[in-house]
Amino acid sequence: MPREMMYGEAMATAIMEEMKRDPNVIFYGQNMAMTERDPMLKAFGRNRVRIAPISETAEIGIAIGAAMTGLRPIVELWMSEFMLVAMDQVINEAPRLRYMSGGQVKVPIVLKAGYGFAAGWAGQHSNCIYHTMMGIPGLKVVLPSTPADAKGLMAAAIRDDNPVVYLHPYMLMIDSGEVPEGEFVVPIGIADVKRQGTDITIVATGWMVKKSLAAAEQLAAEGISAEVVDPRSLAPLDVETIVNSVKKTGRLVLVDQAPRHSSAAAIIAAEVAEHGFEHLRAPIKMVTALDTSIPYSEPLENYVLPNEEKIVQAAKSVLMRQVVAA
Amino acid sequence: MRKKEDLGKDRLIWIYTQMVRIREFEERVKRTFLEHPGAMRGHTHLGDGAEASIVGALATRNETDFVMPSYRCHGYPIVLGTPPRNMMAELYGRKDGLCKGFGGSMHLADPARYFPGTSGIIAAAIAHATGAALTAQVKNTGQVVYCFFGDGAAKQGGFFESVNMAACWKLPIVYVLENNEYQAYTHISLEDANCMAGDPLSKKAAAFSIPGVTVDGTDPLKVYEVVGEAVDRARSGQGPSLIESRFYRLSAHGNAITVPPAPTQFPEHEAIGVYGNKAEFQAAKANDPIQRFRSELIKNGVLSEAEASRIEQAARSEMDEAVQFALASPLPSPEEATNYVYA
Ligand SMILES: Cc1ncc(C[n+]2csc(CCOP(=O)(O)OP(=O)(O)O)c2C)c(N)n1
Ligand SMILES: [Mg+2]
Repeated sequence: MPREMMYGEAMATAIMEEMKRDPNVIFYGQNMAMTERDPMLKAFGRNRVRIAPISETAEIGIAIGAAMTGLRPIVELWMSEFMLVAMDQVINEAPRLRYMSGGQVKVPIVLKAGYGFAAGWAGQHSNCIYHTMMGIPGLKVVLPSTPADAKGLMAAAIRDDNPVVYLHPYMLMIDSGEVPEGEFVVPIGIADVKRQGTDITIVATGWMVKKSLAAAEQLAAEGISAEVVDPRSLAPLDVETIVNSVKKTGRLVLVDQAPRHSSAAAIIAAEVAEHGFEHLRAPIKMVTALDTSIPYSEPLENYVLPNEEKIVQAAKSVLMRQVVAA
Repeated sequence: MRKKEDLGKDRLIWIYTQMVRIREFEERVKRTFLEHPGAMRGHTHLGDGAEASIVGALATRNETDFVMPSYRCHGYPIVLGTPPRNMMAELYGRKDGLCKGFGGSMHLADPARYFPGTSGIIAAAIAHATGAALTAQVKNTGQVVYCFFGDGAAKQGGFFESVNMAACWKLPIVYVLENNEYQAYTHISLEDANCMAGDPLSKKAAAFSIPGVTVDGTDPLKVYEVVGEAVDRARSGQGPSLIESRFYRLSAHGNAITVPPAPTQFPEHEAIGVYGNKAEFQAAKANDPIQRFRSELIKNGVLSEAEASRIEQAARSEMDEAVQFALASPLPSPEEATNYVYA
């Protein structure tokens, strides 16, 4: 039976259920489980639920060491940028150890962090840094856009034997949706068609899925049928589902909250150019953040970020264009 | 050696005035969340409770010394002479803001006043401050760097690595570890090894074989003496010191974190909101550094009741004017967002 819950609650539910299922799962981070009232602490005790000081290098490095020796740690990092302090551990340790050991070692950790908080958090707390991780072989990156996916992908991330960066858009934290109760795992690496359509494909990630679905509504009112595809996981990336959609529509808009060259959109565009070129009836268009840091003031922030209007305009411009045969 | 007895009447009054100006600014910022909901975005952090520590430390400063705090950064530029109206306009996201609306509360900068900039990433600025000390040493300018950071930041690699380098290179810097008992919502007794062992945080200095001193950060004159000694040491080429300044943050860590369009406001202090410890918070309130210093100055005949009130009234008017200025300043035009990406 599905139950209506918020995105944040869906993540917490998955962690709770997985910790019940597997005593090797532990959970720690800064500013969590501070008092005995904390539900995770109540359920699992201080041995498995801990407070960490502000020490990302050690928090993540310790998780890696614990994972190499039998535990399955989840590290709460709150904001993805705080991971940058520990970039060696994230990029050059966790995903390398299995390979360098010739397959002997595994590092089952989950690095959980919010991202893209477009609410006046300015230059260092609102960014999308998944591009830094999605090209690192050995590292998985998931980006759920609904409460159900939030639960299912968290369960999958915890059960995965590889390091998984689990990124959740802060802007969706209190969005509600139906979430299946009990055992529910969304496999990593499988995209989801969030809305069926025939005229144009919109591939979007995270918060941008919500914006793209709203844009698709607007387009529908004007008689344009947009299909919205959410890759859900950036690494591995389900190119096949995206190309199949392009096969059907012949047109592609990519929506991404990151700046152009650090977006997942740029990578997806390259994959479609190689694997779906013959199906394209117009050039691909990317709707991304402008190439700036995120400014504090609201009109500046709005100007820099993608929005419904920009998506609608991009879709229309793609629909107006034709590839001219040489 | 600097002695508080050497501080003349004018200087004592200056210290009190700056403390009051910081408090009044922070009170205005806090009230904005009620009076102009939505005007301040993101995350805003206040320095109430830190006034004695900030002003006592900066009272030892030469005019060209650098000041580099963390993201909880409103108090310092007020002392350096940055106009509060431009600071307030920045927090309101306006065109006349100190950083033209690009930075907000966590990223104030006023390089012309030796306040080169701030970071929202914990402990990042400890390294930046150490770099400013390197500039002073390489150019042999005689400047000293005042580096302020929280107890929480002292758990970060950036702290340990920076202080070790400063000690190796004998850089002219004073590290002021502001122990306000909390790292966001976590009490220090849950996350600091020294504290858990019943030791002061200044013990961390022993790891680098530099002086480490703990001082009552609610008394500006004690801070003045202790920081003064460290500054003199730094300026005379003897390298860095670590000062643990102990005080209590009197407001919550920051405004509540909400997803727009839900409005945000200042919650109760974590002592109450998280730990249900009203007594701890009330004890800190009763030890308000501003009230204490005021009584002391009046008792010692430095200030009369009327003079103290005049200082407070002037600060209140100054900060009221700052809010009016911020409200009257236009929002930046959207296309400006692409400015300042590159130098
Ligand atoms: C690297 C990093 N990790 C986590 C955070 C989130 N964070 C913001 S403020 C804060 C607490 C800082 O506490 P402290 O250093 O004691 O300074 P105070 O707020 O008490 O002045 C934390 C953990 C951050 N900004 N940067
Ligand atoms: Mg603190």
